[in-house]
Amino acid sequence: MAADADPKPTLSASALRGFFDGDVWHSFRSSPMAVGAALVALVCMVCALLAELVAPHNPFDLATLELMDSLKPPAWLEGGERKFLLGTDGQGRDILSALMYGTRISLLVGVASVLLSIAIGVTLGLLAGFVGGRVDAFIMRVCDVMLSFPSILVALMISGVGRSLFPQAPDALAFVVLVLAIALTGWVQYARTVRGSTLVERHKEYVQAARVIGVGSLRIMRRHVLPNVLGPVLVLATIQVASAIITEATLSFLGVGVPVTSPSLGTLIRNGNDTLFSGEWWITAWPSLTLVLITLSVNLLGDWLRDALNPRLR
Amino acid sequence: MLVFILRRMLQALVVMLSVAFIAFMLFQYVGDPVNNLLGQDATEEQRSALRKDLGLDRAFPVQFARFVVNAAQGEFGISLRQGRKVSTLIAECLPATLELALVAAFIALVFGIPLGVYAALRRGRATAQLLMTGTLFGVSLPNFVIGILLIWIFAVELKWLPSFGRGEVVALGAWTSGLLTRDGLLHLVLPAVTLSAFQLTLIMRLVRAEMLEVLRTDYIRFARARGLTDRSVYFGHALKNTLVPVITITGLQLGSLIAFAIITEQVFQWPGMGLLFIQAVQFADIPVMAAYLCLISLIFVVINLGVDLLYFAVDPRLRVEGKAH
Repeated sequence: MAADADPKPTLSASALRGFFDGDVWHSFRSSPMAVGAALVALVCMVCALLAELVAPHNPFDLATLELMDSLKPPAWLEGGERKFLLGTDGQGRDILSALMYGTRISLLVGVASVLLSIAIGVTLGLLAGFVGGRVDAFIMRVCDVMLSFPSILVALMISGVGRSLFPQAPDALAFVVLVLAIALTGWVQYARTVRGSTLVERHKEYVQAARVIGVGSLRIMRRHVLPNVLGPVLVLATIQVASAIITEATLSFLGVGVPVTSPSLGTLIRNGNDTLFSGEWWITAWPSLTLVLITLSVNLLGDWLRDALNPRLR
Repeated sequence: MLVFILRRMLQALVVMLSVAFIAFMLFQYVGDPVNNLLGQDATEEQRSALRKDLGLDRAFPVQFARFVVNAAQGEFGISLRQGRKVSTLIAECLPATLELALVAAFIALVFGIPLGVYAALRRGRATAQLLMTGTLFGVSLPNFVIGILLIWIFAVELKWLPSFGRGEVVALGAWTSGLLTRDGLLHLVLPAVTLSAFQLTLIMRLVRAEMLEVLRTDYIRFARARGLTDRSVYFGHALKNTLVPVITITGLQLGSLIAFAIITEQVFQWPGMGLLFIQAVQFADIPVMAAYLCLISLIFVVINLGVDLLYFAVDPRLRVEGKAH
């Protein structure tokens, strides 16, 4: 009875122990690639989320910027200062700090757009798989059409159209347009995956049983089918975060992404690209390297997760 | 068969009409053409006269129909930024983009296929392993980062290759070509390599996978048993059968190349359609945006339709399945 009095903590503790004893954790520990990728991703995430605490300077605080400090090379090169480990840009901003703030914006946009595309994709996929018929046919035709265009092109179109619709948009709205542009290109994958699993689940006995006792379709979809089709979505979401970050960086590099007042990694690369020819390679090299590190580690993690969760590959 | 083709054509038509509708809505709701043409101080009579002239007083469906008819003839009006006809602008930029995309596809094929064969034949060896790890970078590195890296190495540090614009071009009637001069070719190297990087890794991985599959089949074992040389087995028998999917994928990817050229053109300031489009987006130049939107969709729809029909012609199984439905 003592255990029953406080069931929740025991439950989560045992779930946690189950996780650490389980196959997934074991496969994680025995894969140096996964551990390395997770470490890199973790460091980037912590630096980005705690930028105010970790960053040596605040790149958006105009009062602390001095033109004297502009275009300093990294600290270990001639002319570099220890104050600016990775050098400074044309306005005297510390690159390392700008990187941390920029990574945060990149990650935020990436995660937000993936969440939104999961919401759209899972809903439409469930609907298509569960309802079937014309609804299914229509949703799948739309998916076909979306898939026949490269995602970067669709994102560019939406973002371009959004920009010309609201030319004097405030920054918050610019972010919404950007997230929407990336999310509207990513949902197709989820919709197709979820539809496939839903088609299988729909005919299982538990769904029929629920129907027999008079549970409504909406409730069956939400409470019974949904939890059973979310597994592949998790794997897909990990990989999609990487591609969403790349899409965001590409759009920002092209000048149609995040507003200039809150630079992401892509904006930083774009800014640095202008000074590449005068020899200041570090302004563009560090954000590029960060972008590659993040996407590579997230991709590797996604690959590992796909293998670890797939019982057929064990 | 006929039903299938008709259905596909209908689908393509619906897609094109929806894209045209989006482009039309852009014209309708962004900026007022009357204001743009007459300026702020025109009288109300002048405005309504022009509105009548342009057909802006008609019903919405009529205006849309007019837009579609004009668009089908390549007529998108006048660029707001450059003050020239959009169709002329696009015609000027089209050769640059097409040349870039075709050369990139060529590079991807010429290097991708041999490297893929090599990676398959030397599977498990260090060099092949290195190649496969290399392709992982080709997939994860964003296109513009590859471009910047190449510019930094070959244009800024080594000063071997130019990194800006198209160089010297030769006019062949309406077409301008950079393929005929040394300067033009030099300018083409970095952008084309950048654009081909992703497709190259894609083709290489595909050829490797297909090769490994084919090498396991009986007819290869039989060819070996007949005492044919390695060379004849690999290139005479095995490679031939891997090429069908490679050709399809390359065909499909040609559209992607034209789309990805937007990024490459921005990095190298290549005067093609992509650069035109990006500048149009930044200046809210609606006619150019709308024209590009319609043109690129048309390219994609045509390529996809073509590949679908080709599949149908090549693979008899699809025809049987089509009848069963």
